[in-house]
Amino acid sequence: MKQFDYVRPATVAEAVAAAAQPGATYLAAGTNLLDLMKGGVSRPDRLVDVTHLDGLDQIERLADGSVRIGALVSNADLAHDAEFAKSYPAVVEALLSGASAQLRNAATVGGNLLQRTRCAYFYDTASRCNKREAGSGCDAREGENRTHAVLGWSESCIATHPSDFCVPLVALDAIVEIEGRNGRREIALDELHRLPGHTPERESALEPGDLIVAVRLPPAAPGFAAHARYLKVRERTSYAFAVVSAAAALRIENGKIAEARLALGGVAAKPWRARAAEDVLRGVAPTADAFQDAAWRALADAKPSGDNAYKIELARRIVVRALTLAAAGTPARIPALPASPFASTSGAIHA
Amino acid sequence: MPELNLTSAPAHLRHGSSIGQPLTRRDGVLKVKGQATYAADNHPPGMLFAVMAVSSIAHGRVTSLDVAAAKRHPGVVDVMTPDHKPQLAIDPEIKTNPFVFRMEVLQSNEVRYANQPIAVVIAETLEAATEGAVLLAPCYETLPALVGLDAGESFVPPVVGVGNPAENHRGDVEAGLASAEKQIDVVYETPPQYHNAMEPHAIVASWDDDSVQIDMPTQGLMLSLTRVAELFGIAHDKIHIRSPFLGGGFGSKGLMAGPPVLGLMAAKLVGRPVKLVLRREQMYGPVGHRAPTRQRLRIGADGEGCLTALDHHARTVSSTFDDFYEPAADASHTLYAAPAIRTSHDAVRVNTGTPLFMRAPGEATGSIALESAIDEMAWACGMDPLAFRLKNYAEVEPITGKPFSSKALRACYDQGAARFGWSKRSLQPRQTRDDAGLLVGWGMGTATFPALMFQAEARAAIRRDGTGAMEIGAHDMGQGAWTALAQIAADAVGLDIDRVEFKAGTSDLPDAGIAGGSAHTATAGAAIHSAGAAVIAKLADLATKDQRSPLFGAGNAGVIARDGRLIRRDDENRSESYTEILARAGVAEVEARGTGAPNPAAMEEYAMHAHGAVFAEVKVDPELGQIRVTRMVGAFAAGRIVNPHLVKSQLFGGMIWGMSFALHEEAITDRRSGRIMNANLGEYHIPVNADVPPLDVITVDEYDPHVNALGIKGVGEIGITGSAGAVANAVWHATGVRVRRFPIRIEELLT
Repeated sequence: MKQFDYVRPATVAEAVAAAAQPGATYLAAGTNLLDLMKGGVSRPDRLVDVTHLDGLDQIERLADGSVRIGALVSNADLAHDAEFAKSYPAVVEALLSGASAQLRNAATVGGNLLQRTRCAYFYDTASRCNKREAGSGCDAREGENRTHAVLGWSESCIATHPSDFCVPLVALDAIVEIEGRNGRREIALDELHRLPGHTPERESALEPGDLIVAVRLPPAAPGFAAHARYLKVRERTSYAFAVVSAAAALRIENGKIAEARLALGGVAAKPWRARAAEDVLRGVAPTADAFQDAAWRALADAKPSGDNAYKIELARRIVVRALTLAAAGTPARIPALPASPFASTSGAIHA
Repeated sequence: MPELNLTSAPAHLRHGSSIGQPLTRRDGVLKVKGQATYAADNHPPGMLFAVMAVSSIAHGRVTSLDVAAAKRHPGVVDVMTPDHKPQLAIDPEIKTNPFVFRMEVLQSNEVRYANQPIAVVIAETLEAATEGAVLLAPCYETLPALVGLDAGESFVPPVVGVGNPAENHRGDVEAGLASAEKQIDVVYETPPQYHNAMEPHAIVASWDDDSVQIDMPTQGLMLSLTRVAELFGIAHDKIHIRSPFLGGGFGSKGLMAGPPVLGLMAAKLVGRPVKLVLRREQMYGPVGHRAPTRQRLRIGADGEGCLTALDHHARTVSSTFDDFYEPAADASHTLYAAPAIRTSHDAVRVNTGTPLFMRAPGEATGSIALESAIDEMAWACGMDPLAFRLKNYAEVEPITGKPFSSKALRACYDQGAARFGWSKRSLQPRQTRDDAGLLVGWGMGTATFPALMFQAEARAAIRRDGTGAMEIGAHDMGQGAWTALAQIAADAVGLDIDRVEFKAGTSDLPDAGIAGGSAHTATAGAAIHSAGAAVIAKLADLATKDQRSPLFGAGNAGVIARDGRLIRRDDENRSESYTEILARAGVAEVEARGTGAPNPAAMEEYAMHAHGAVFAEVKVDPELGQIRVTRMVGAFAAGRIVNPHLVKSQLFGGMIWGMSFALHEEAITDRRSGRIMNANLGEYHIPVNADVPPLDVITVDEYDPHVNALGIKGVGEIGITGSAGAVANAVWHATGVRVRRFPIRIEELLT
């Protein structure tokens, strides 16, 4: 491996200063970064290890009814927090459908948000990739691309963001708290990830040194707890990224949808909030027709980036199913096969 | 390598006969504690780390390597390149025997496939060697890559598999098809697959003048030793290979490949012990794989559902520089009683590492296509797939007309179907849904694998303290040789298993042949059996010729060995312990050797195969196309079962691999560059635990007096055959969609 400096700052301010240097990268659990370094995909000069910073591993309920999740909370700890699961079941279902138990034990909330794409051409350093090396070209565009983006892609990049966790988070209007060189600021999660355009190498709104310190779910988010699901179609039952996934959350009052939230995963360079679909569901009864209508709206702008036209139809069907499942009500327990179409398969004991 | 402390008396040990007992593996505790020493666990003093730099192009040549930059990196000791390497004694391009395959060991700057080794960096640490390899920053002259089954002009290979004719026929296929009332003509495709053993290929090599100590996983100790001897020009007795455990081989560790040779060369170059371990992605190239196939099956049947003809053609690929052809169509030789059968192969050359043996080579690829096509034919005839198979049950081997040495396939069908509940299957597809609305489908496939025998030798001893020893350079790849062969050894010398010192896994022991072809237990077992019989005969000689022995005059044939005693066959009251016999004779031990080998006369007379029937249930989400296997039952007849516990595990593994073949595994090759885009275990999908349903294995009793002395047929590979087709057929039965390209993908079910 390339030799690198390793620094372990004592405070967030020290961390920000250390990471603002050119060639520096934050290290949290490293479940993605270390693989990238071993493969020569990322070659940082300096790792700024934030795992020893105090105060970033708490799940706090705030007075206004929101919840604040420290950036260093592990995926597993968050998923197994009973109170959190009760208020944000779709988030937990998404977490438990991601990676493997071992990875979830290590992976952090902040790291999950900033994980890199799984585009094979990004990982293959012999391929041209505008994301890895700006301006070099995109070998995925004419390559093996049946799992690539169908929304928001550009000729420069057709990669997708692989996170499960981010999909329900963006549906629930999560807010990201950032510590930077100019102090603390916060942005909507929906604003964190950028679509590729002509600059796919710029993946997020973060500036050099910016450190995600927490993710907050606003007071309205638990209002969807009774009707919130995450659904993920993948090529094996566990330890596989989504081909397409969806988070659906409904607030149903008097038999009508008072408010709907919908986001898609595996379809774009960011977790894809489908606001147009949410709009058509407001004030209508939760019927199959309404959900079909929403699915068409959600994918209205979709177009294949390669051998992946099927993902558009699959995404529509997943939207309909996720909304149907949400309307049916959140199950009392997270299914044994979280987010799987086979969630109800009896005898399944694995997560 | 520290002394192996195998569990001497595993759980469930019953005294008396060892063969047939479901012993737990004797190396299990070592493995659970991390004390089983795999090759890469060895760290001789002064050892350096070697890391291969591999080619990112599939075809062309290396024009420059920045050796100076790599050498400047702290910790780098040397960089081995085509210009700076120890000379080999013979050109590795020369095929000295049919089991020698060409390897890339820095003999030129030519690049023949992606991930081909192009240099080796040797350093004080793994990290330094790894970075040194990156700093080489190779430049290439790139030529267009040949990729895929249509890469170029096809040709008929001289042979397929190991010496099988590329074409074979019996009867008139065209006439059979012409006379058929129902016909199908279908094309199936299977992808390239890689072995992906959990343990990557690894070597620790230490030279001392012209002798060498090697720690390396190998499925063929003596084959490896012979290859090392000829490549380095040294005598056999100068080479010692230790391979006590393999973390999976599946065929990829059978023959000496390039990377371990590079480890030996690197150690020679720097004059210090060297360790070379492949990175996961480096296993997608220089160590073999299963070639892709495109198979066309034309099948005809008469109005009664009797086959009239079976024509099976397979297209495959080999490398541009060597020959191995996946014998996929040969799967149609043995199973179904068509009066006319033709099998044929053709191939194209592509820029790939040479495809090689991978878990049921030919049988697995051929089976999924044949079993799917038979299912299609049954449907075309309006018949239940099991009834159709029974209708066309082969009483003699169809391609040769030879009788089977034994064949309990009918019992496999019966017992498997009964356990599965097959009789309740609807004939029509897409008829059944579960309570959750998921489509439910049932499919089946017939399993078959030849009962092979190779050559092996063993040495047995009986000692004055009443213990025995059995030595054989056998290989435990995880299948349980440490246990199953020791069980055979115990019975062979008439002792309990904890009284027999069983030695295996090193090259200084008698040659056990290759652990491949599902033949290791049969072959090594036969050698052990005959060595045991020989040593008992010697012991009996001592007793029966001695007037002081109660066995005097019984003659060799007149005693049996049991519980450490020789007993008169005709009078069990007359017996004597091994200790008494040896003490009175004044000898410390008696020893003898024995061999195991195929019986050419029996092979000429009989077709020898293991058989099985696999039944699978899948559920498919009707809108989303997601598939889940929910149940599998496999009934197998494989001759004598030495250890039912280990055999069941082997068959489970095979059935899971079959499911993987149908639904998961595929190496994705970039069609332009020839690079493999998912050369890692995150993206090259094999089933995880959550994918594997409850599996049910039935071992059907089968007595075979012809295959070998012990009647063992082998169970290593048969599990994958039949299973892959059963899952694919269940997907059709669930959905009504016949997918003919594997693995079956979600998009193909989005109807």
